[in-house]
Amino acid sequence: MFQRILVANRGEIALRILRACREMGIETVAVCSEADRGADYLKLANEAICVGPAQASGSYLLIKNIISAAEIGNVQAIHPGYGFLSENEHFAEVCRSCNIDFIGPTAEAMGKLGDKVTAKEIARNARVNLVPGSDGLIASEEEALAIASKIGYPVLIKATAGGGGKGMRVARNDISLKAGLKQAAVEAEKAFNNAGVYLEKYIENPRHVEVQIIADLHGDVVHLWERDCSSQRRHQKLIEESPAPNLPQAVREEICQAAVRLIKTANYTNAGTVEFIVDKENQFYFIEVNARIQVEHPVTEMISGIDLIQQQIRVAAGEPLPWKQSEIPCNGSAIEVRINAEDPDNDFRGSPGRITKLRVPGGNGVRWDSHVHEGYVVGPYYDSMIGKLIVHKRSRAESIACMKRCLDEFVVEGIKTTIPLLKRIFSNAAFVEGRMDTTFIEQKLLAK
Amino acid sequence: MSENAPSSDAPFDLDKLKQLVEMMENHDLTEIHLRRGDEQWRLRRGPREVIHAAPQYQPQPMAMAAPSPAANAPAAVAAPAAAPAETTGLIDIKSPTVGTFYAAPSPGEPAFVTVGSVVTPETIVCLIEAMKVFNQIPAEVSGTITAILVKSGDAIEFGQPLFRVKP
Repeated sequence: MFQRILVANRGEIALRILRACREMGIETVAVCSEADRGADYLKLANEAICVGPAQASGSYLLIKNIISAAEIGNVQAIHPGYGFLSENEHFAEVCRSCNIDFIGPTAEAMGKLGDKVTAKEIARNARVNLVPGSDGLIASEEEALAIASKIGYPVLIKATAGGGGKGMRVARNDISLKAGLKQAAVEAEKAFNNAGVYLEKYIENPRHVEVQIIADLHGDVVHLWERDCSSQRRHQKLIEESPAPNLPQAVREEICQAAVRLIKTANYTNAGTVEFIVDKENQFYFIEVNARIQVEHPVTEMISGIDLIQQQIRVAAGEPLPWKQSEIPCNGSAIEVRINAEDPDNDFRGSPGRITKLRVPGGNGVRWDSHVHEGYVVGPYYDSMIGKLIVHKRSRAESIACMKRCLDEFVVEGIKTTIPLLKRIFSNAAFVEGRMDTTFIEQKLLAK
Repeated sequence: MSENAPSSDAPFDLDKLKQLVEMMENHDLTEIHLRRGDEQWRLRRGPREVIHAAPQYQPQPMAMAAPSPAANAPAAVAAPAAAPAETTGLIDIKSPTVGTFYAAPSPGEPAFVTVGSVVTPETIVCLIEAMKVFNQIPAEVSGTITAILVKSGDAIEFGQPLFRVKP
């Protein structure tokens, strides 16, 4: 087992990892930027090393400074957390070449799954459903019409050089497809210098369902059930829960087993999440793998009883997974809300400032993962999430009641937060009945 | 600064010194003056900024007694020689990177600079080694070195003061 680990991150996830290590008797080295110097959570580490200025590019993202800190801090391993360098293949390689264990997958696995083309191939080999599509660029209108007829309308015309939602248009019939193809090619040429387009089935109002997996270095892979993360605003998750509500047990089993097959086929190791979209007929389609521990991992920890961060460390240290698949329960219902320092009345603009008052809820089944405290100054340099509030009860109805009570109890003064929006969501009938999809928050709740 | 005049072969009471330093820190005191007979202790504490190591990184008492018990010179300093409050205008050369400090180009060679050296912005004042790469660190200021705050082999974090310069 490692004697000393460097935590290459900040804020709540750094604190999470520091706590996990302390419980295991592992010493820690924390890194900080000049903006985070002196932060309370750093006191939990055996050492805190300043690695650069506030701007992440000069500190948390600067590989050479992180590695230097690991060297002078005398660590055997680095936990990258999420974001920052956690899915940076080059960083994972540099760690290994400096004889420092990277607590996460190998650079090769990251690379294979990070590339859209090879990821799809892996999914096919693992007999995991992909979103049906043209499998390559469209060469002619006739080809497009034939494919659309095969996969069924509506279809999405996508620019191959696009991304992040750019260069996509929906076609619901042959006429709009023909017109759309012409327009899409012109726009793509202008925006990306590449007129190439391809087709995909357009899944309307999908649910976002992801599966937590963990694989050891001895070939064993297990899943820790699924999470529903459909409550999103501008592709940012607000609420995550496990199990996914109103998903038939058979579908849950299938989707989780599909995730395990894919991870095995990819030779992926350590923790990761396999993302799917689920349509109205409960058909699921593979989207991508997140090759890191995720923000919403606590939800899975509550229903399974398993400490994912500690297990990541054990896997990296070479220990075999201590449970069989059948020994991993999904007990009760856990829901997490992300609390962000954002002003819901001003287009969710970031709301930095000093937290002048903070009263955090507690009680049976309540967990608060956060690095902030009264007096903490939320700066403008990093993401706006100040903490994660997680509840865990025997049923979803009880979890919802508990979360409503917690949000009412919560007091934060000095900054604006997204708590008012969360209260609205938890009183919303569609959410309470488990009828969420990824369009819900933006199109229904916020549009009102 | 601490002035202590015990008999020349009595051990310097480091435990007591540590206690006094902790007390000063915990209660945010700037000066303690104790006298009993001809034994006298005076500790003065400067502003926090002068401590060159981040508190969690290298905890050390703010007043450091000199190792020699027979010292009759004021051996302990509550803060590195010149507390900024007394010496406005001194500039710190801070580390632009993370790594290990080396005062000289290689072992056995003379140090790049010493106290009293005159530097210009391009003067190389030290090496900071990281990942087997030895980075030459330029002064980036003009003036005279008044203090060297670290020693060869020390682990250095970003922004850590290395040298004090009188411009």
